[in-house]
Amino acid sequence: MEAVMQSTQDESAYNPVEQLICTSARIMVDHTTAFIGTGIPMLAAALAQRMHAPHLVTVFEFGGIGAILDEPPIAVGGEHTFHRALAATGICDVVEMAQRGYIDFGFLGGAQIDCFGNLNSTVIGDYYRPKARLPGSGGGNDVGSHCWNTIAIMRHDRMRFVQKLDFLTTPGYLNGPGARESAGLPTGTGPYRVVTNLAVMGYHPQNKRMMLLATQPGVTISQVHENTSFDLLMANRIEENSPPTLQELRILREEVDRNRLYI
Amino acid sequence: MNVLESGVGELFQPVDLTAFREWNRQKSRSLLDKRMSEEEAVRRFLKPGMYIGTELYGSVRCPMSLVREILRQEVSELRVAGQGVLELDLLLGAHLVKALDLTYVGLELYGVSNCLRREVENGTVRVTDWSNASIALRFKAAAMGVPFLPTRSMLGTDTFKYSAAKIIECPFTGEPVCLLPALVLDVGLIHVHRADKFGNAQIDGITGFAVELSRASKTLIISAEEIVEEEFVRSQPDRTIIPYYLVDAVVEAPFGSHPGEMAYVYQRDEEHIKEWVNASCSEESTQEYLKKYIYDLNDHRDYLGFIGETRLSGLRKGR
Repeated sequence: MEAVMQSTQDESAYNPVEQLICTSARIMVDHTTAFIGTGIPMLAAALAQRMHAPHLVTVFEFGGIGAILDEPPIAVGGEHTFHRALAATGICDVVEMAQRGYIDFGFLGGAQIDCFGNLNSTVIGDYYRPKARLPGSGGGNDVGSHCWNTIAIMRHDRMRFVQKLDFLTTPGYLNGPGARESAGLPTGTGPYRVVTNLAVMGYHPQNKRMMLLATQPGVTISQVHENTSFDLLMANRIEENSPPTLQELRILREEVDRNRLYI
Repeated sequence: MNVLESGVGELFQPVDLTAFREWNRQKSRSLLDKRMSEEEAVRRFLKPGMYIGTELYGSVRCPMSLVREILRQEVSELRVAGQGVLELDLLLGAHLVKALDLTYVGLELYGVSNCLRREVENGTVRVTDWSNASIALRFKAAAMGVPFLPTRSMLGTDTFKYSAAKIIECPFTGEPVCLLPALVLDVGLIHVHRADKFGNAQIDGITGFAVELSRASKTLIISAEEIVEEEFVRSQPDRTIIPYYLVDAVVEAPFGSHPGEMAYVYQRDEEHIKEWVNASCSEESTQEYLKKYIYDLNDHRDYLGFIGETRLSGLRKGR
């Protein structure tokens, strides 16, 4: 709330959600296909399309391909997911498209993530006697199985960055190098980045464990460690992300989410 | 084939293609006028304990007028293919669901489903988990008339472990592959933009899993924003996504997806959805909502009257 109050006085002030959207948007690549889920990925895709990635082709689970994101979609089946799109098909078509190797990036979320990038969005506690029954896989498992690179967007704390998941909903690197392939998942696929309010993580090329690459502005490396329950590997050089630019903030506030549904 | 692993989840609807074919053999090939009310369609075709499924997705092109009628008639002990937002929430809130093949039940922007939490956490509803595409592919297998389809989804995960799928060694590549059992619905419910009186139906925009679900249903109830002439269908046969012979009932239901949306026709009623989200937080306020918007109203016409023309026209859009 404080950050929001500030922003009315100083337009360069921003809140953590805006930082998260901008960081996610910057990872998106022009001339690629990306499987987009609800919430922050949609806003990030819309921002990326207006910045460096005008030819980013968004793919939505229920059949929207190549939409121009004038308004942030609320539902993954909503009309904005195929607004002025290149094609309006259906769930089997887009998931089969991913299964054939046509989808470069996939965006994921979850209640828990472990050091191999596996995600839980099914249940907290015991499966049969859950403390909390969560919505379930939805398209998460499919995205995590078939897309070449997946990017998880999470809030960063010890409850979410856990040693052991309560339930493995969506495959990351499972239990380490080679595990995806031996399970039968497509060769060369897997987690690529994790974007949080505190940091950006990647994965060690050999042992496939999560590795700190960059901190968000003003966040210390020890803060990231304190909020992670497993041992986080460190890249040789840890970058500090630059804050959202005035241009990014202007587009975000005036075009992408002008009704402030998310930011 | 060498089965490497079997999911421990319960298979709520056994694969019986012989029965499915026999059923389809008996269905009429005649062009019959199948128009009827929600009340008649639900009374004639839905029975307690049946396995049902809805298309598309909770707040989008969702057969809400049919689901509200299921609540009015209290068709209970249902087994449901669950990928839903508003419609499944209503069924769960009214305690009509016994078993759920679950991929996603939540409120998207508004987070987890309170009704799902209550029903699962207190053990009322039995659940088998699947990925989203896996449910759609299970319909596709049934639509193809084959007992299963292979996929590379779900491998290596608890989503597989708690499903009723199997992993086999592929006889061609030698690699593990996941097999999904065909899912034949006793009754499928689909809301479309328009249909003729025989059930030939058109959908504008994305088609979700309408193709697969319609062909995987023994009995199919279509609700439509508008009923069109046969000649209209015949003038553009490439637009018929659901042909008449699949369909058993055609219900005219303008604003049938309310409070959800219908592409190019009307948008979501965000205020109403928020009202439901808040109401669903407790058992008591859930029942109050259901009484106010469903049990105390006779039918869809009453419902639309209660919501009010002003409110509804505010949601309408021009293409």
